Amino acid sequence: MQSTPSTDEKSIHAAFQLNHHNDKSKGFTLDVDITLPGKGITAVFGHSGSGKTTLLRCIAGLENPSHGHFTINGDTWQNDSIFIPTHKRSLGYVFQEASLFSHLTAEGNLNYARKRSDKRVSTDLYNLAIDIMGIQDILQHYPHQLSGGERQRVAIARAILIQPRLLLLDEPLASLDHARKQEILPYLERLGSTLDIPIVFVSHSIDEVARLADYTVVLNKGSVMAHGTLTDVFSRIDLPFGFGDDTGVVLQGEVSERDPEWHLSRIAFSGGELWVRDRGDDLHQSVRVRILAKDVSLALTPNENSSILNKLEAQVTDIGPDSDEAMSLIRLKVGSEYIIARLTRRSVAHLELTLGKTVWAQIKSVAIAR
Amino acid sequence: MTFTEADISAIWLTLRLATTVTLLLLVIGTPIAWWLARTRSFWKAPVAAIVALPLVLPPTVLGFYLLIVMGPSGFIGQITHSLGLGTLPFTFWGLVIASVFYSMPFVVQPIQNSMEAIGTRPLEAAATLRAGPLDSFFTVVIPLAKPGFITASILGFAHTVGEFGIVLMIGGNIPDETRVISVQIYDHVEALEFSQAHSLSGAMVIFSFSVLLCLYWFQRKHSAFTPRAIHSSAKD
Repeated sequence: MQSTPSTDEKSIHAAFQLNHHNDKSKGFTLDVDITLPGKGITAVFGHSGSGKTTLLRCIAGLENPSHGHFTINGDTWQNDSIFIPTHKRSLGYVFQEASLFSHLTAEGNLNYARKRSDKRVSTDLYNLAIDIMGIQDILQHYPHQLSGGERQRVAIARAILIQPRLLLLDEPLASLDHARKQEILPYLERLGSTLDIPIVFVSHSIDEVARLADYTVVLNKGSVMAHGTLTDVFSRIDLPFGFGDDTGVVLQGEVSERDPEWHLSRIAFSGGELWVRDRGDDLHQSVRVRILAKDVSLALTPNENSSILNKLEAQVTDIGPDSDEAMSLIRLKVGSEYIIARLTRRSVAHLELTLGKTVWAQIKSVAIAR
Repeated sequence: MTFTEADISAIWLTLRLATTVTLLLLVIGTPIAWWLARTRSFWKAPVAAIVALPLVLPPTVLGFYLLIVMGPSGFIGQITHSLGLGTLPFTFWGLVIASVFYSMPFVVQPIQNSMEAIGTRPLEAAATLRAGPLDSFFTVVIPLAKPGFITASILGFAHTVGEFGIVLMIGGNIPDETRVISVQIYDHVEALEFSQAHSLSGAMVIFSFSVLLCLYWFQRKHSAFTPRAIHSSAKD
């Protein structure tokens, strides 16, 4: 650890250049230079083979890049003259597949971390970690007696107990089935809000990213295609690879009204209001909603004779191609926010959509991501 | 099956030799096995070949060279002489040194194999849990390689008990000093004491068979229990 942490430097700077000359891959180059927020959850997103895991391994000091710079909130872990080895970096790491020690029970694995923790582990924290991950009943089991999901939850608890200044998660949910994912996701959300440390997680699932991340880095073939807040990145239509059917924006809002008669909640965001099904959220609770581009259709007039609940007045700011040749992506400005509509190119021509034109966005469905 | 006093003393000497050699080999062989398991150095193949030499060399060849090196004008001989230890050939410790070389591959190879089977993932996990290299070696590598250590101990011990050629070259035939079971049997046969030879030989057959049986039982039990933490490290 080079310098003392200072609170006004809450940021992470990561720059790595690395060439892999594997016999199986034709050679892979990672070349990134990004600054990330020093708090909250950052998602590193990309297709498989985009270098997500390699980037995370570079941050952890598990790779040997030809050039590497890493500072976190004022501490330098790596630069041209410094290379702090992994075991001296204040990080927690959850590997893609279970990495529990097979000769130790779940509890033994937790104690391995507890003994080596950066700070003394209080009984409260120990119990909290076990509690958050719901692993009370399996502490005496050996890893080979646990299911994939259980092993991963133990691994996450183990990483928490080391009390790191940075938590790295490499597709922590990849080996789990859908039901188990739904079960762990809330735990991960809680992790972000309970632990006051930055979390960087790797994912190829848009749903996970939309739900968990505050900040997003999009990687493609080893380079950074886009990075920014989740809302910004998800409202771009110019990324070189489309999200396909999953293209859609994420908006941050808050519950402004609850309508018990129709079981609906009104969500206010800076661009207007949206009605969603009432999930039982409290008034003024902040929520994150996701609007998929395929669920947005456009009309030139506010059509009152329609079942569609949410209609927003919007301005066309961008028209771009979709990965599907028949489709176009339309970026619309609603207040200070953006939404994306995915229309056939024929409809674009038919409506004579041009930049700056005012339209009515009819939103067929809004999902609450969080 | 009866043993003469000389037989019993040969048996004790053999057990003492085999125990000493096994313990020494676990201490010397473990770092060698670890280095061989992890290194990508050019020297890996040459070192592995040297360790494996006793598997193919006649014991007389190894014994011959050791005799020269440890003899009064040899390199080791001069060192031991100047230390006031005399020369090592035809002593118990000379025999120990020869046996360490001769049984080396039987200890190094099983340990190396089980260390290689651990893979890199548990070590990386240990590093992310603040375990330094030495810490993770003792808390992760050794426990996970335990089956290899057990196999190595059994094979190292049994192989030392079964030595003959190298004992004759280096140790000769000195009661209580270098006259181990195999030499004792040879003496009995030379003297046409077949019933004595039968007793000792029979005991050796039973011993060796039991050891190997235990070993294979152990390995069978552990083949289903070898480190689970081995996963191909999926590069993304």
